[in-house]
Amino acid sequence: MSDPLTGAHAGKAIRLENVSKLFGESRAVDDVSIEIPAGSFTVLLGPSGCGKSTTLRMIAGLEGTDEGRIFIGGDDVTGKPSSKRDISMVFQSYALFPHLSVAENIIFGLRVRKVDARERREKLARVADLLGLSELLERKPAQLSGGQQQRVALGRAIIGEKPVCLMDEPLSNLDAKLRHEMRVELRGLQQRLGFTMVYVTHDQVEAITMADQVVLLNAGRAEQAATPRDLYERPATPFAARFIGTPPMNLIPMSAIEPLQDMPTGLLLGVRPEALCLADDGGLSGTVRSVEYLGADTLADCEVSGSLFQVRLPGSRSVSTGEALRFTASTADLHVFDRLSGGRRDDLIPEIGSRLRPQ
Amino acid sequence: MRVTFKRDWIHSWLLLLPAMVFLFAFTHIPAVTTFINSFYSTPRGRRPAKFIGLENYERLWDDPVFWKVMFNNLWFALGTIPLSIALSIAMALWVNDKLAGRSLVRMAYFTPTVLPLIAVANIWLFFYTPGFGLFDQVFGALFGWSSTNWLGDPATALNAVIVVTVWKEAGFFMIFYLAALQAIPVSLVEAARIEGASRWTIFWRITFPLLMPTTLFVSINAVINSFRLVDHIFILTDGGPDNASSLLLFYIYEVAFRFWETGYAATLTVALLLLLSALAIGQFFFFDRKVHYK
Ligand SMILES: Nc1ncnc2c1ncn2[C@@H]1O[C@H](COP(=O)(O)OP(=O)(O)OP(=O)(O)O)[C@@H](O)[C@H]1O
Ligand SMILES: [Mg+2]
Repeated sequence: MSDPLTGAHAGKAIRLENVSKLFGESRAVDDVSIEIPAGSFTVLLGPSGCGKSTTLRMIAGLEGTDEGRIFIGGDDVTGKPSSKRDISMVFQSYALFPHLSVAENIIFGLRVRKVDARERREKLARVADLLGLSELLERKPAQLSGGQQQRVALGRAIIGEKPVCLMDEPLSNLDAKLRHEMRVELRGLQQRLGFTMVYVTHDQVEAITMADQVVLLNAGRAEQAATPRDLYERPATPFAARFIGTPPMNLIPMSAIEPLQDMPTGLLLGVRPEALCLADDGGLSGTVRSVEYLGADTLADCEVSGSLFQVRLPGSRSVSTGEALRFTASTADLHVFDRLSGGRRDDLIPEIGSRLRPQ
Repeated sequence: MRVTFKRDWIHSWLLLLPAMVFLFAFTHIPAVTTFINSFYSTPRGRRPAKFIGLENYERLWDDPVFWKVMFNNLWFALGTIPLSIALSIAMALWVNDKLAGRSLVRMAYFTPTVLPLIAVANIWLFFYTPGFGLFDQVFGALFGWSSTNWLGDPATALNAVIVVTVWKEAGFFMIFYLAALQAIPVSLVEAARIEGASRWTIFWRITFPLLMPTTLFVSINAVINSFRLVDHIFILTDGGPDNASSLLLFYIYEVAFRFWETGYAATLTVALLLLLSALAIGQFFFFDRKVHYK
């Protein structure tokens, strides 16, 4: 049997142009411009309260747009209501209708759009099959586990074959194992069906593992939009550098590092804990302040002229508090940020790299 | 183990006792006494009450006034309940929206409930006054109707009372609906909106079904109220003209305390109690299948 659900609905591109949202005086979303390619899986990532949900709800048309414009598939939808935007959405709380059965929940939109009964039945059967819900169609949402409820919400979103699907932290109510399974499943579903996904999360692992593109938000502004790899390897700002990666990247003021003291002021050296290697004559010195033994490796908190940084050392190397160590790092692993402008200074990296190398 | 269990048991009963005493003294014993009295004649002067079997019930069956007030009461219930419920839902939806000055509107809607009926009835008496009352002036100006004696005409008296009751009750029921509406997660309505549902569809497919437990509660209250509230009749019409606006309870009052026929009044009371219990039970069965409890 051919499967009309597969690839039948090509995604639409979404564009946000200088979009802002004001709640009273505060700007929850501040001059954000994002390009979301058709059929891509784009994650809006950021700490709590940074405006991810608000941005998503503006795309959905559930919040008005105070400034800027929103385009879906080339059409300006800024003033249009949700129902005219041709989108589907999965809410964090799933928002299943408690008085309707699973089947009625899934086909709610089809009923509203007066799709005929035969087509409804066929689509329901296919979606239920796809999501493993066939046995549960007669139940009420309250009789389902969290994971099953999640699937029902997903079913309701995909049955309409809309070109755009929006999700607001859909996995945050699930346990770790189920979350992992659903991540794989969601990503697979999106690739099979080909719709454009905009996905909100504050979990960097979710973002890195699922996204084609990550949009990092901070205090209502878009810090960086990039592929997960670029975000990790070339963070555009100190915030992006600290937000991605566990433990986060070290940002050390240049003035604290002896061989770099004559560099221009206000610069930060960024280097990940795992990129630092022990070297007897390395350029970066530090005194061990605390040690965390993790088995395969050891995390050491070191201090240099009042600044703290973390180092990941092989588990075989034992270090103790108070020990003075010296480190080096390869030029490719270095990042330089201007504290004032918040941007990268890649022009300085070769010079700094050579100074930190063992002499 | 056994001893403490027994002591707990005694303890619980002792704690329940004061409330039970009052409940029995003022509710159950009078109810039972009423039931017994309904089989006795009314004591007069030196003639004590004597057992007369079903004679009172036979009289009730043949009493045209009883059937008249029963019919009135039914009409009154049918007129007030659906109307006040529909109105209270509409008002609750309206004040639940994000409109400017909504707390003011909420208060305005709730005011009729807070005002004592005596005061309210006086205002309405003025509205209904033939000739220069509000209604006559408005209808006269709008449609050129001649003056109507709203409360004095048997054709309009009961309906005039119904209007006052709906106005009084809707604000009270609105509070329950408002509380229920606020317990419905906003995301449900948003999800329906994204699926393309109109406001109308959202109301009938989502909001109204989720309000069902409240509707059950409110409608049982409304039914009981329609048989229980009579104070407005005293002031507005005194049951007249010719019992046109008399309700069952008002008739019981008249029989018992104006005509002093306590035996027959007891019989009428039993009839009222039977009717009320039948209605309450019926409603639970009727709604049980349609109500989604969380
Ligand atoms: N209805 C509202 N009224 C006033 N302020 C609001 C409203 N909704 C959100 N905000 C504010 O806007 C900012 C962004 O909120 P938003 O819900 O978009 O954050 P978020 O990134 O989704 O956070 P989280 O990860 O915690 O869900 C917050 O500071 C929040 O307090
Ligand atoms: Mg949020």
